[in-house]
Amino acid sequence: MPVTVELPKEKWNGKVREITLGATPAQGGTRTSTVTVGGETTLPFLHFEGSIPYRPAIAVEIQDVPPQDWSTTLLEAWDTAASDPVSWAKKAVELGADALAVKLRGTHPERQSRSAAEAAETVKAILGAVGVPLIVYGPEVAEKDNEVLVAVAEAAAGERLALGNCEDKNYRTIVAGALAHGHLVVAKTPIDVNLAKQLNILISDMGLPLDRVLMDPTTGALGYGIEYTYSVMERLRLAALMGDSMTQQPMICTVGEESWRQKESKVKDGVPSLWGDFAERGPLWEMATAMALLQSGADILVLRHPKTIKTMRETISKLMSS
Amino acid sequence: MALSGLDIYKLLPKTNCKECGFPTCLAFAMKLSQKGVELSACPYVSDEAKAALEAASSPPIRLITIGTGENKIVVGNEVVLFRHEKTFYHEPGLVVRVADSWEPGKIAEVVSQVDSYVVERVGMKLTLNGIAVENVSGDATKFVQVVQLVKQKTALPLVLMSANAAAMDAALQIAGPDKPLVYAATPENWQAYADLAKKYACSLAITDSGDLSRLGSLAESVIKAGVADLVLDPGTRNLADSLASLTQLRRLALKKNLRLLGFPILALAGGDDSTLEEQTILATELIAKYAGIVVLGRFDPTGIYPLLAFRQNIYTDPQKPIQVSPGLYKFGEPGEQSPLLITTNFSLTYFTVAGEVEGSGVPSWLVIADSEGMSVLTAWAAGKFDAEKIAKSVKSAGMDDKLGHRKLVIPGYVATLSGEVEEELPGWQILVGPREAVDIPSYLKTVWKAA
Ligand code: SF4
Repeated sequence: MPVTVELPKEKWNGKVREITLGATPAQGGTRTSTVTVGGETTLPFLHFEGSIPYRPAIAVEIQDVPPQDWSTTLLEAWDTAASDPVSWAKKAVELGADALAVKLRGTHPERQSRSAAEAAETVKAILGAVGVPLIVYGPEVAEKDNEVLVAVAEAAAGERLALGNCEDKNYRTIVAGALAHGHLVVAKTPIDVNLAKQLNILISDMGLPLDRVLMDPTTGALGYGIEYTYSVMERLRLAALMGDSMTQQPMICTVGEESWRQKESKVKDGVPSLWGDFAERGPLWEMATAMALLQSGADILVLRHPKTIKTMRETISKLMSS
Repeated sequence: MALSGLDIYKLLPKTNCKECGFPTCLAFAMKLSQKGVELSACPYVSDEAKAALEAASSPPIRLITIGTGENKIVVGNEVVLFRHEKTFYHEPGLVVRVADSWEPGKIAEVVSQVDSYVVERVGMKLTLNGIAVENVSGDATKFVQVVQLVKQKTALPLVLMSANAAAMDAALQIAGPDKPLVYAATPENWQAYADLAKKYACSLAITDSGDLSRLGSLAESVIKAGVADLVLDPGTRNLADSLASLTQLRRLALKKNLRLLGFPILALAGGDDSTLEEQTILATELIAKYAGIVVLGRFDPTGIYPLLAFRQNIYTDPQKPIQVSPGLYKFGEPGEQSPLLITTNFSLTYFTVAGEVEGSGVPSWLVIADSEGMSVLTAWAAGKFDAEKIAKSVKSAGMDDKLGHRKLVIPGYVATLSGEVEEELPGWQILVGPREAVDIPSYLKTVWKAA
């Protein structure tokens, strides 16, 4: 007797919000391309069950000043491109970046302590050099973040940048800047479903529409707490699909930053030989971290290594073809 | 799926004869549903009821063992789709494939490397689990020779892969007692493969190309032929199809209670024509989403390490934060003038810091504070790693008597606590260490020395 197996499909009634980064001249910006993410009505890549209208996007991380603490594997790969943000931005777009994640590290009080005005100039220069949308991060020091991001918001009014990070103790000024100048924000919370919901509520209470809020659940790298991120993302996505409005934000994961902080990616000598080839190890660590988080619902991957950018582009295409 | 007391009652004789020691059949059924009594206490249960009750109490995904002894692979018995709902219990076996068409020297080398591969993470030794021998040549003699060679090189479990039943039989004559997985029965050859699995008492993999109804029909044939221990290969090979079929199989077993397909899943990741990146990415998906055995097409240490680390992460019980015992830890032979560091008792934090301190070669003291298993930042935010806790941990470790100096290195992430800790520990100098453990060796060799 032939067996007929009925394929199980879940009936979800929720949907992830669609969010567009970047604005074209017609929309009040100067971008030549925009990025839309979200809109899923099923779990990651289960095309048989629901709709996944947009590919997860790849944002490439660049910095306003040459990075001091990056792995040699990364520095060698970017070579001279990383010496100034404009050439770096152009190179990243050439390599397939859908968007750029610009980290204004040079504004950090313990680094070059660049001024907010200088930071805004840098962002303007990058906007002038490339056509993709930008996600802009301050130095991740509360006071200075406010100062820098407000200046950037003003200088790039109408561009639909994503400004980050909004955290529970430091979101008001950044949200106000986004509201006033037509931008989005990145809401970051420490690996916790309720804190993520709460921050989304606080931000939306200030009047910023939820289709302008990306959610960063905090990334743990492979081998360094990825399981916590993985499960919190699964829980957030399940809640979103079950109709919990405050969990329906697309998720952004800082894969590159986290995976390249680890010993596996940074240390060449004096580690077990079974860790394998140093030049290959860092990119693979980043790729595996990215893949794991795609499986738990990442909508935007922020990546660092050129090889990872290429491989994850191909991987996303394969996951999207059904 | 467990039956309720009422479900069980319906299967009982309903005569209330009391021989089981309970006043009524219903009372007995209730106790049975709570597993407070054995079914055998009722002498009158029908065989039919027995079978139904046994089926209901057996796990929805059968537990399968491949190999023997301490290296054996045990997979199945999973109960959830998402690890946060409970946990994932049995780590998928990671098995490396060799082909009998390769040079014997190459085969021997790969097998030895797989056999001896071990990396340590968070105090655990992570290893590969087996060798799949593929009969690419189609030749029985060659297959047997290579299986023999592999057996000489390793005691790890084997997966025997051949489409030639005669070659499989010959290989099983020498490897059968080691209980390899027989791969694979197909709609065309299943009778012969079922016979072999029975003859050598081995688990049998079944495969069909992507269609789960056909896979179910095949499972039914093989089970009827008397094979109980199956492994399913849905035959999907790319990222998207594989995710879909493995998810469906897991849902069918757990949510639809479909016994025919309630077995662990085997999946192939990478072959001769895929790159190391492709293999690593597909295997990452398979580990996250429901594979019981992953056959890796190529062995390369650089691609193995992230998979072992990821598997360990995903199969960590989410209800139990891994903790180490608070207290004093020594590295090398620390003395009166050796550095003293402090961190939290989240095991990942501990092992990362400990690895770096040890690797620095600087004999050191490390105090582990009881942060209830939280990392430095999380514990600090939750008030489980504050100045008071730090001071108390240093005092109770008896550091006043052990040290000739009064300097304590606190993690860079809690730099803001240094003033408060100085108040709590009068006479101590608080030094702010690096944020990341990876920077500890250079810190100890330069900053600490100068301090
Ligand atoms: S022994 Fe069986 S039939 Fe008799 S009361 Fe108990 S359950 Fe009912």
